[in-house]
Amino acid sequence: MTNVRLIARLDVKGPNLIKGVHLEGLRIIGDPQEYARRYYEQGADELIYIDIVASLYGRNNLMDIVQHAARDVFVPMTVGGGIRSSDDVRDLLRAGADKGAINTAVVKRPELISEVSRRFGSQCMVLSIEAKSRDDGRWEVYTDCGRERSGIDAVEWARRGIELGAGEILLTSIDREGTRKGFDAALTRAVASAVTVPVVASGGYGEARHLAEVVSAGADAVAFADALHYNRTTMSQLREVARAQSIPVRQG
Amino acid sequence: MSKPEITVIDYGIGNLFSVQGALEHCGANVRMSSSAADIVDAERLLLPGVGAFADGMQGLRNRGLIEPLLRFAATGRPLLGICLGMQMLATASEEFGEHEGLGLIPGRVKQVPARTVTGESHKIPHIGWSEISPAPGADWSGTMLQDTAAGTPVYLVHSFHLVPDSPAHLLADCGYGGHRVTAAVCSGAILGAQFHPEKSGKEGLKMLSAFLRL
Repeated sequence: MTNVRLIARLDVKGPNLIKGVHLEGLRIIGDPQEYARRYYEQGADELIYIDIVASLYGRNNLMDIVQHAARDVFVPMTVGGGIRSSDDVRDLLRAGADKGAINTAVVKRPELISEVSRRFGSQCMVLSIEAKSRDDGRWEVYTDCGRERSGIDAVEWARRGIELGAGEILLTSIDREGTRKGFDAALTRAVASAVTVPVVASGGYGEARHLAEVVSAGADAVAFADALHYNRTTMSQLREVARAQSIPVRQG
Repeated sequence: MSKPEITVIDYGIGNLFSVQGALEHCGANVRMSSSAADIVDAERLLLPGVGAFADGMQGLRNRGLIEPLLRFAATGRPLLGICLGMQMLATASEEFGEHEGLGLIPGRVKQVPARTVTGESHKIPHIGWSEISPAPGADWSGTMLQDTAAGTPVYLVHSFHLVPDSPAHLLADCGYGGHRVTAAVCSGAILGAQFHPEKSGKEGLKMLSAFLRL
């Protein structure tokens, strides 16, 4: 089995690292640079930055933050929030990002997925899906950081995104995000079994067994946010938690 | 002691900035250039790149950089290709049709098998951290891996890899779904890494530092 990637996710608003519940009720955590450096030093396999209000206001604050991080952080960085064009992706790559994560803009205009993947390679095009469960046992895609319904089925959207050229899926469960109740394993399983590209599960880590649950559901990588930000655990402890449950992770 | 000099080829493809940042972190004096003269005169050269093989070769061709690159390689000074930059060292690639490469490492760029050795489908692109091992008979001393321990994890993201004609050019490989996938190649002072040393944390920086001392 391939090593499961353990990723630190940093949601930012303006100059601040923030954290919410269900992508709402945001609280300021601190300086994103300081946290990014800490997670890198602790052995994070990757970092994900999401500017959580960029879509809403039509701008992107991340450039500065990413540029700073790139001086100290030498693991891959995925950056999203407010990307509207392949030129936006180019700018983020120039700032030091490795991949662009896009949700709202590709729901509005799916061809953007092909444009980005043709221009920079599919590995740069991360399809960000924020999904919420429906009463019928399926999941609906939300845009604008969990605020707007799209009417689109998350699993079908994942499949279509891959056809269009997405190289990875960042899958955030709005229901579980910030709750510490565990990842949405059913959602992860449904998406991971529908696509051939890696799936990053995000939202809900509370305790050790949650990691095993989401990995056995098919997650190739797992993102952690408030568990790290509030010092409930560290990247090195998460690595131990994984090993203790026979989940292969990077050595060292 | 003066800073080691390195020229990074800017040919309009890929992310040069993280490579530059990592090299500077390792104490190098980095020159980004798309000039033929700079390439021929370089102390050591880095050919980066992500994306499709044909686009990469076209980027070099359009800027008239293929001949200078080959001239540089003939001097025996150190050259490092990373990711697509490594694949372009090969004779040819099978990515989206048949494409000619630089021919510095005899071999072909082939698809990473889409199924494991036991026939199950696995994820392509291959993204993540894999442990590299010396290929049979390979000697890491005198290469960028000289300070690296066997089993060190590195970050890879790729769907294709370079399969050298001669096993003597295979420096390191890693496992994926039971297959051995090329991680690094070497022929004299010409080195190629499929993985991203600039994104492989402290171990990756160590490799870049070693390259800067070659």
